[in-house]
Amino acid sequence: MKNLLVVLLIAAMFGACSNGKKSAADSSDKAVSIAAAGATFPMPYYNMVIKNYIKEKGVLVTYGGIGSGGGIKSLKDKVVDFGATDAYLSDEKMAAMPSEIVHIPTCLGAVVIAYNLEGVEGLKLTNELLEGIFMGDITKWNDSKIAANNEGLNLPDQEITFVHRSDGSGTTYIFSDFMTKISTKWADAVGTGKSLQWPVGIGAKGNPGVAGTIKSTPGAIGYVGSEYAFAQKISYAMLKNAAGNYIEPSIESISAAAQGAMPEDTRVMLTNSDDANAYPISGFTWLILYKEQAYDGRSKAQAQGTLEFLDWLISEGAQSQASKVNYAPLPEKAVAQAKTILRSVTYNGEALLK
Amino acid sequence: MKSDTITKYVLLLSSLVILLVSAGMIFSLLGDAIPVFEKFGWRFIISTDWNPTEGRESYGALPFIAGTLSTSLLALIICLPMAFSTALFIAEYFKKSSFSTVLSSMVDLLAGVPSIVYGLWGFYTLRPFIVSLGLDSQGYGIFTSGLILAIMIIPYATSLSAEIIAMVPNELKEAAYALGATRMEVIFNVILPNARSGIIASFILAFGRALGETMAVTMLIGNANIIPTGLFSTGNSMASVIANQFGEADGLKMSALIAIGLLLFVITGIVNAIGKLVIKKLS
Repeated sequence: MKNLLVVLLIAAMFGACSNGKKSAADSSDKAVSIAAAGATFPMPYYNMVIKNYIKEKGVLVTYGGIGSGGGIKSLKDKVVDFGATDAYLSDEKMAAMPSEIVHIPTCLGAVVIAYNLEGVEGLKLTNELLEGIFMGDITKWNDSKIAANNEGLNLPDQEITFVHRSDGSGTTYIFSDFMTKISTKWADAVGTGKSLQWPVGIGAKGNPGVAGTIKSTPGAIGYVGSEYAFAQKISYAMLKNAAGNYIEPSIESISAAAQGAMPEDTRVMLTNSDDANAYPISGFTWLILYKEQAYDGRSKAQAQGTLEFLDWLISEGAQSQASKVNYAPLPEKAVAQAKTILRSVTYNGEALLK
Repeated sequence: MKSDTITKYVLLLSSLVILLVSAGMIFSLLGDAIPVFEKFGWRFIISTDWNPTEGRESYGALPFIAGTLSTSLLALIICLPMAFSTALFIAEYFKKSSFSTVLSSMVDLLAGVPSIVYGLWGFYTLRPFIVSLGLDSQGYGIFTSGLILAIMIIPYATSLSAEIIAMVPNELKEAAYALGATRMEVIFNVILPNARSGIIASFILAFGRALGETMAVTMLIGNANIIPTGLFSTGNSMASVIANQFGEADGLKMSALIAIGLLLFVITGIVNAIGKLVIKKLS
């Protein structure tokens, strides 16, 4: 027994030594492994492309879906090579990081308004109706305001049950950001955030929780991440966008939301886009990393490996896979901007990507 | 060393570990809960505001305390007569019958079913049933949660009470029967006085389980952070809000969630203390 322990101890020490050597190795050493953590919303996409990357390049990448907050914290504590978040960092939060960080958009998702009404398909909602329903002013499905906007639909005399998230979530952030933009009443009473003080409704945990509760509760309406709603074939409403068109959420209409002008650092909420074909509750999801990669004794190979993976992630090869798992790929312009940002990332002041 | 001494030290060590763990838990809960009490003071316990939106942050635990206590008390009220009569049935009235053996193993089985299973059953079967009875239009809320909690703790209280009732010395019962007592009289004059403190202890344990129950409640209570306004109102419980919101929490919100954990700890402590007091008074 004792002998076994000694052997294990020695083995562990050797292991530690060889690890130490690897991190100090020169830049030609390709055997880096990249660690990342953050948002759960894009996780199915990241998992899929990471698998392909490992197969193609033999570089080990791991991603932990611990939530956007966790992703930011992990990068701040420097325990990951890059983090992932559904809400970009405010100037204040950026200043609170140990050094300058950059945002890289990776794909787009949306929030769909799902409902459960037997025999009702193609519900159309305007901003006023959304405000009325989610603030609790409209309480019945056959309310004259809903009926006036949905001629031909047989709306039942049923109570509206709003189902929202009970946990903190980037999905809630995008949804509430949109509501804040379209309704001053919502902006005053509720505001934008990952978890909120809800005026009405019941809470359920995670996208599966909300979708499940809507499915099993006649008369329910709620918001669900598009990647989940598309996979689940749940009924969802068409929304009237800023240009006045009723738009159904789809990969194309979500992508269209990112067609407009964007700030150079890509920190922008795409909700309520004025593009004529854009679905109004769409948004980017980002990866975040330090602009200066030489920190905490990181090897140049580690930094190079990280950057190469990110460059590959926004390339055609990876982006074309996004719609397979129900995310919208970045439009060309956003890819170009992301590439420029990646090329501004340095190691000891030298750009890592050419 | 003598084997006696070794035994003594082993026992001492494991007891010390328990002490250390509870002290450590209280210490870390207290430490992390301080920021929220510094900011809101006692208002944290009596405020009904739970607003995690950045810039408007304000935390009050009263809705969750109310939700936890109301669902657990409702569960206890439903559980008391049911568990007590089942325990009597198993341990006294039909002690030797094969039906009681089956029943008793069913009760033990139910006591061991994980709470998520009760939650699923409650969500997909009990809730639609309540809706179809016309009691409530959606079926989420205090009543459904209390009912599922009652169903969860009945086997627990039954199993423990039955053990206690079965432990009442046969000589006492036989003596009572010899004096011409009826079965009812034996139950109320011999068994109950003998088993009283044990039965109460079993209900306190069951109540404690209801207080801390998370999964089944979170699936049925509606997770609306308001003080319940009635039996069929939605609400939220302390354990459920912690389970739901710790994932994305940081800073003050994390501290508020930990403070709720601390309050839950304190409430459970108070319930146990009251129970001990009642037992002491009665025996």
